[in-house]
Amino acid sequence: MNARPDSSEFTGARDDGIAKGDTLLEVNNVSLSFGGVKAITDISFDIKKGEIRAIIGPNGAGKTSMLNVINGFYTPQQGTITYRGVPRRAMRTTDAARQGIARTFQNIALFKGMSTLDNIMTGRITLQKRNLLWQGLWAGPAEREEIEHRRTVEAIIDFLEIEHIRKTPVGRLPYGLQKRVELGRALAAEPSLLLLDEPMAGMNLEEKEDMSRFILDVNNQFGTTIALIEHDMGVVMDISDRIVVLDYGRKIGDGEPDDIAKNQDVIDAYLGVPHEG
Amino acid sequence: MLYREAGDFKTSYAADLQTFPIKSERILFWSFTAVAFLVVPFFINDYWEKSILVPFLVWSMVALGLNILTGYCGQVSLGTGGFMAVGAFACYKFMTAFPDLNIMICILLSGLVTAGVGVLFGLPSLRIKGFYLAVATLAAQFFLVWMFNKFAWFYNYSASGQISAPERSIFGIAVTGPNSAPWATYLTCLTIVFVFAWVARNLTRGRVGRSWMAMRDMDIAAEIMGVSPFNAKLSAFAVSSFYIGIAGALFFSVYLGAAEVTEAFGIDKSFTALFMVIIGGLGSILGSFLGAAFIILFPVLLKNLMVGYLGWPTDLAAHFQIMIVGGLIIFFLIVEPHGLAQLWRLAKEKLRLWPFPY
Ligand SMILES: Nc1ncnc2c1ncn2[C@@H]1O[C@H](COP(=O)(O)OP(=O)(O)OP(=O)(O)O)[C@@H](O)[C@H]1O
Ligand SMILES: [Mg+2]
Repeated sequence: MNARPDSSEFTGARDDGIAKGDTLLEVNNVSLSFGGVKAITDISFDIKKGEIRAIIGPNGAGKTSMLNVINGFYTPQQGTITYRGVPRRAMRTTDAARQGIARTFQNIALFKGMSTLDNIMTGRITLQKRNLLWQGLWAGPAEREEIEHRRTVEAIIDFLEIEHIRKTPVGRLPYGLQKRVELGRALAAEPSLLLLDEPMAGMNLEEKEDMSRFILDVNNQFGTTIALIEHDMGVVMDISDRIVVLDYGRKIGDGEPDDIAKNQDVIDAYLGVPHEG
Repeated sequence: MLYREAGDFKTSYAADLQTFPIKSERILFWSFTAVAFLVVPFFINDYWEKSILVPFLVWSMVALGLNILTGYCGQVSLGTGGFMAVGAFACYKFMTAFPDLNIMICILLSGLVTAGVGVLFGLPSLRIKGFYLAVATLAAQFFLVWMFNKFAWFYNYSASGQISAPERSIFGIAVTGPNSAPWATYLTCLTIVFVFAWVARNLTRGRVGRSWMAMRDMDIAAEIMGVSPFNAKLSAFAVSSFYIGIAGALFFSVYLGAAEVTEAFGIDKSFTALFMVIIGGLGSILGSFLGAAFIILFPVLLKNLMVGYLGWPTDLAAHFQIMIVGGLIIFFLIVEPHGLAQLWRLAKEKLRLWPFPY
């Protein structure tokens, strides 16, 4: 059921048996609260295979929490998530990773003590199979496997144009490059669903343009489905196929960029019109 | 032209994955190894064996083990002495219960037993970290020492409470007991340490090592990438304890010959091991050796210098030595937390670019 890509060449996204345009993920009536704080209230939306689905909203709207629900890091009090046709509420994050959900983080969460190469290699951890004993002996299968995956990772490094920092410990890299390495690490998992939490935050214009191009290329070349949280409205309107708008944990808009731009609730939320209830 | 990468281009990933990608470094390593295996055994005497080489090798094994757990996987442990005791007592029980069992097998089995015990005491790491884990492993240290004291079965009901290693041989040559020759004990330890250093290197450069380091650097992100904390942490405890158990077995059977648990495997051993990995370099195989060499050899050197050369009284020299080592530990913690291994790396980088630093 879980067709693994041939790791000797980078296919970008694994084959999850879902046709382009069909529903890959469905969020049904999900509510999540932390003690008294309601982060998400009764939200439903879907993500279709092959699209770039933006999730936008003012600070504290519940966007990051939504991604955390999708990849099993938070368990909602109500509602279900249906991923590839299988409904569930709770899920272990490691299982979500194995099923092809990969992500980047709003506050960079790279492995600081490791090189760019090792960070991206770590993205392939669920695809590597050799056990401890083989690894200890290295010779034969373990080395072959390592080289195979290294080849794929080099393809990603080429794709993201970070050849020059391959061996640099990521802690020493500038912020923009760290964001790029983090994207690489997520891509290395050949995800079905790629969750990007503000991949362009804190970047200058040129870096933003680069990052937008990479995101579009990932989507076009590999057909990877992407859920994107982003504050830069220009970018969002440009690159996303459909947009969900959250405000105070509620969904206030859902549709194509043009509709969203005209949606009065959305305009109010962004202009900070006082909000009742 | 001592240390050059120029003209040393990698044409395959296999070549790039080598332990020593630079040729001069490879040559240095293999010459060193050749001398250790082929030359030293002919010249080793009792003093060099008992005071320098064998303790250095055994402690390198301990440091390798602790470095896997603390340096690579980020789980602080103060239970090293206790785990060494498990290895030692397991070895003793195997040697006495099965007199015909080859000593090498006894030692390896002791490692396996210790790995099991390590996993058991590693279970709390799934819930707690940092300081709290350190305290939990400290409890393991005291519990294990208490246990080996309390239950006479472990020391075969001997009146003194000591365990002593009977004579065992490999290829007809005694490696334990009073009749073992210095070169034989040295070669036994060297072989084991060499093989397992290589294994450690392999483990740390592949998937398993990356899962350990990912746990260390950012456990939540690691889990979201699909690294199972259960597998990563417990495998680190298992492998680490395996190494420390083997070291404990060697320490008792090959080096000491006889041991009393409180004295041989007390809390001071746990700290010694921790100092080694801190000074040598957390998360570095080379660092484990450098740290062990430093902690074992530096006092010997100082003592020879102060007592032998300067003629100071021994007790003064001993105090002085403790102060210097303590001072150096503080120095490393503050100035170079990546230890001697990092200094070596920096020196290499300088050398590589010399004489044109651009
Ligand atoms: N682990 C947590 N514990 C308690 N409250 C939380 C937790 N995570 C999120 N919240 C709260 O839930 C609400 C939504 O937070 P979330 O991080 O999802 O917002 P966001 O839309 O990503 O905002 P931003 O644009 O600032 O990143 C906030 O009020 C936040 O304080
Ligand atoms: Mg957020």
